[in-house]
Amino acid sequence: MDTFVFLTTILLPALFDGLIVTLELIATAAPFGLLAGIGVAVGRTYGSRWISLPLRGYVAFIKGCPLLLLLFILYFGLPSIGIRLSPFLASVIGFIFCNSAYNSEYIRGALLSVKEGQMIAAQALGMSRWQSIRYIILPQALRRAIPGMTNEFIYLIKYSSLAFMITAVELTGAGKLVATKYFLFNETFVVIAIVYLFLVTVTTVAANMLEKKFAVPT
Amino acid sequence: MGADKYILRVEDIHKAYGDREVLKGVSFNVRKGETKVFIGPSGTGKSTLLRCINQLTLPDQGRVFLNDEEVTNSGTRINYFRQKIGMVFQNFYLFDHLTAVRNVEVALLKVKKMDAAAAREKALEELRRVGMEDWADHYPAELSGGQAQRVSIARALAMDPDVILFDEPTSALDPELTREVLEVMKNLARQGMTMLVVTHEMGFALSVANEVLFMEHGKVVERGTPAQLLNDPAFTRTKNFIGKFRDYNEE
Repeated sequence: MDTFVFLTTILLPALFDGLIVTLELIATAAPFGLLAGIGVAVGRTYGSRWISLPLRGYVAFIKGCPLLLLLFILYFGLPSIGIRLSPFLASVIGFIFCNSAYNSEYIRGALLSVKEGQMIAAQALGMSRWQSIRYIILPQALRRAIPGMTNEFIYLIKYSSLAFMITAVELTGAGKLVATKYFLFNETFVVIAIVYLFLVTVTTVAANMLEKKFAVPT
Repeated sequence: MGADKYILRVEDIHKAYGDREVLKGVSFNVRKGETKVFIGPSGTGKSTLLRCINQLTLPDQGRVFLNDEEVTNSGTRINYFRQKIGMVFQNFYLFDHLTAVRNVEVALLKVKKMDAAAAREKALEELRRVGMEDWADHYPAELSGGQAQRVSIARALAMDPDVILFDEPTSALDPELTREVLEVMKNLARQGMTMLVVTHEMGFALSVANEVLFMEHGKVVERGTPAQLLNDPAFTRTKNFIGKFRDYNEE
């Protein structure tokens, strides 16, 4: 078959469907990964022992558990205790666990880097501890965590391909199915790589703009 | 409230860090509109005393009353009292991610729940009061130390506090910048703001204070009006202390 015909009539339409799934996975997981990451970081930094210790355990577990294994547990393991998740939902949950644990480490580092005086001054104005964190400490910390969280977002783009291992046909999976059927591996995988490269590049540019927008003179 | 009634009462404050007793029972009362200045060698508990008043540091013993309401042991109501007890710090502690005007208005919005327009107006008014209105849109990193300290004074003023605590407000500033901050503080004193000031600026202490309290080793050793401290032979230790500064400062 002509390569051009293969690309335009078979590969690209299949990849497009896969790409949509990939984008849905990322768009669903990332916001929760960010919010949960903030929650875990704040809980570990400012919470009592009863909050910070379990969160520490959570992060340690996620860091130590291969993401693929986590997905297997969520998809193949949970049905044995009566919880059946769709491939998409199991993937999203796994990604949120992973993304939030790593994000929380970037944010925690940033929280600790905010000078002590900021909290003192906020409380001296009558802000509660929570208000001080919410309006004074976090806005500064999140700015400093942008580069790290961008990195993590880029990882998310790429490890979203693991969803295929639990049968969610996303970008990589869609390509793999086509490649196997038509025996055109190189053509297929090069195109997929270009798509990932494009996604990562867009992310990097957007993150740079975000960083500039929120930059504060120092 | 009668003019002779006390706006702030501080009773027998004790504070120790481990074995080191920083405050060994400090008491004083403050009338509305008074300026009290705390002087004394470094490390004698002056800053700790101020922080005990608004409970940023919890005293081991002793009580603080604002308008006859107990500030100590007040639970979450401390956030209410802290609105009424402003504080200005040696290192300004302006919020680094906010412009000058937003530094002043953030607590108006989030603590006092004022609406945006009213908070902005109030913030600009306070910046005007300290001569910083033209710098409203600058970030802390773009301000000189003196300017930053004036903004932090505006931030404290905006809450309409009953009393403001100044914790060595000019110690991080060179003489030129010190002067511009002291000028603002003098004006506040003249306008009737109630102020407690920890400082090493003897000129300010002697010209503005209603009462000077000389602290040493966690206690108020001598106290009196500036005139008493200078002229009354009984105040030997204060005079000695001030004398040391004089030797340096007299040109």
